Amino acid sequence: MLKINNLHVKLEEEDKEILKGVDLEVPAGKVHAIMGPNGSGKSTLSYVLSGRDGYEVTQGTATLDGQDLLAMETEERAAAGLFLALQYPVEIPGVGNMTFLRTALNAQRKARGEEEISAADFLKLVREKAKALKIDADMLKRPVNVGFSGGEKKRNEILQMALLEPKMCILDETDSGLDVDAMKLVSEGVNALRSEGRSFLVITHYQRLLDHIVPDVVHIMANGRIIKTGGPDLALEVEHNGYADILAEFA
Amino acid sequence: MAAVAKPKIDALSARLSALATPEGGTWASAARHAARARLEAMGLPGPRDEYWRFTRPASLNAPAPQPAAVFDDGGEAPVFGEVDRLKIVFVDGVFDAAASDPLEMAGIEIERLAEAAATDIHWARDLFGVLEARGQDPVERPFAALNTAFAADGVVIRVTGTAARPVNLIYRHGSETSDAILHHVVKLEEGADLTLLENGPAAARFNKVLEVDVADGAAFHHVRTQGRDHERQAATHIFARLGTKSTFKSFTLTVNGRLTRNETVVEMLGDDAVAHVAGAAMGDGAQDPFHHDDTVFVTHDAVNCESRQVFKKVLRNGAVGAFQGKILVKPGAQKTDGYQKSQSLLLDEDSTFLVKPELEIYADDVACSHGSTSGAIDEEALFYLRSRGVPEAIATDLLVLAFLADAIAEIEDEAIAADITGRLDGWLQRRRG
Ligand SMILES: Nc1ncnc2c1ncn2[C@@H]1O[C@H](COP(=O)(O)OP(=O)(O)OP(=O)(O)O)[C@@H](O)[C@H]1O
Ligand SMILES: [Mg+2]
Repeated sequence: MLKINNLHVKLEEEDKEILKGVDLEVPAGKVHAIMGPNGSGKSTLSYVLSGRDGYEVTQGTATLDGQDLLAMETEERAAAGLFLALQYPVEIPGVGNMTFLRTALNAQRKARGEEEISAADFLKLVREKAKALKIDADMLKRPVNVGFSGGEKKRNEILQMALLEPKMCILDETDSGLDVDAMKLVSEGVNALRSEGRSFLVITHYQRLLDHIVPDVVHIMANGRIIKTGGPDLALEVEHNGYADILAEFA
Repeated sequence: MAAVAKPKIDALSARLSALATPEGGTWASAARHAARARLEAMGLPGPRDEYWRFTRPASLNAPAPQPAAVFDDGGEAPVFGEVDRLKIVFVDGVFDAAASDPLEMAGIEIERLAEAAATDIHWARDLFGVLEARGQDPVERPFAALNTAFAADGVVIRVTGTAARPVNLIYRHGSETSDAILHHVVKLEEGADLTLLENGPAAARFNKVLEVDVADGAAFHHVRTQGRDHERQAATHIFARLGTKSTFKSFTLTVNGRLTRNETVVEMLGDDAVAHVAGAAMGDGAQDPFHHDDTVFVTHDAVNCESRQVFKKVLRNGAVGAFQGKILVKPGAQKTDGYQKSQSLLLDEDSTFLVKPELEIYADDVACSHGSTSGAIDEEALFYLRSRGVPEAIATDLLVLAFLADAIAEIEDEAIAADITGRLDGWLQRRRG
């Protein structure tokens, strides 16, 4: 599904390399987790994959089902099935959440040559998905993320994911800011989407999320590289011992 | 009064040579002659006039208008078409009876200016050119005086109750060289209520004055669209006088236009009155120049009045937006609540937003504030939308609509606000192709 090869990325504005040769492959149907110290480049990786401005790829490749992601516009990547649940979802005053969701869904359908969804079908679909995530009608009516609590913003990300049904989902610290119940809701939302044709890359600092969303593989990222890869146990090791031992191995 | 500079006199005589004083009865003729005398005393605006610092008056001064192509709107549904309204149609500034509805509605009297002006006694006598003349102090507004002196057409409307439905003045543009001058007078008696809608490009060059007298407890709602002819030019004035506990709310949507200067002059004379003036403008200078100037002057001369100015402009490809807004609080106008906001969204580095906000306050117990900002599109929001699959052009337009939303929110009637938003959305869509 997602293949990243020797990816080097620097900031556009300054001569600072953030990703220093990332290698990563997430096969179809699998859940991979990335853990790693603050500032190691996890969010940067997710931004570069989704095509945010401000970064320059100096070397390496990233493909989604063989398509060259790096050659595509952000919206084309989304239409191709890539989705990033942001670490810090953006507030957009003046744009209604429903308008946002409908515009996004229809844009993706159009890009894929499908019919636009009717207003009635859309409403039904949103209500059903929102209910499962305990997102009430008021949150749907409000401008995108404006006045949402941290946890509400994260649930809104998962709602978008559930509606858009991407095949490659990147979740950047979706668990941060969630209370225990919300964490369960979000995890259930994610688990409901798990399927053979859909993969997940879950960025997190805490083992707790991985109790709910059990990963197939865990990667450790440090200083712009994946330095270790293992099974779910690796997350437990981090939880107990921190990163010191792992970093020491690679020092 | 200082002598008028020679170039201004010359410009004025050239301009006057192309104009004729309309026929009229005693009061109308007197008002027109007085207006002409006012105009001659001030001359036409010159490039060095402080009040015309942001907008060049030359093309408005010229004896003949620059020709303007008539825009093909592609058979778009009429503006306010879904609103049950009384339609009054002008083509190139001339009343078109056949295209208009009968000028009859319960609670309201409507007449053509020409008819009213022909009578010897008429209620309009106390307002026609009177509010305009009041608005000449402390700032001169030559095009308004010119309008009073030479406008042959327009409507005079007296509202005695609650108008059953809005009155819609529709300005069609037919001739590429039309030079239209229209003058309307609206009088709302105590407790009366009227919504006035205006739309259409009007002419190649359009000079319009609207005088509105809002008596105690009356409410006047005004929503207009100025579009979409690219080459049209317009100088418009609204002069409003507000009584006790009265309401005046005016909103303008402007799209395209080589030159638009909208002046709104509001005088709050009765206590506890409310005046809101808002505008949303959207201009693209890529093919034709776009220059839009909102000039607002609100005078608080009573206690506990509220005034709000909310102006938003979206500019791209060398478009120019200007805002001059003043709040004058006279001595004794205590408990004034004055608010002014002017913002622009610059979609590129070629576009310009010029602002001059002014507060002049002679009372001590008042709350007045003004804020002006000029900003680019929010890149974070743009990325967020695009990351959900929304193409950049659509994402930008969503953010444009979001930016304009708080000006549109000044429209009280939901159906009319929805028409405005829907129309804007449609125009943006068509622009994207
Ligand atoms: N636009 C930028 N300008 C300056 N520095 C940046 C920029 N983007 C990223 N960085 C730097 O790159 C490094 C990696 O940042 P990134 O946000 O990817 O880390 P992270 O692994 O997601 O951290 P966290 O766990 O705290 O979320 C950090 O040192 C950060 O300061
Ligand atoms: Mg991060």
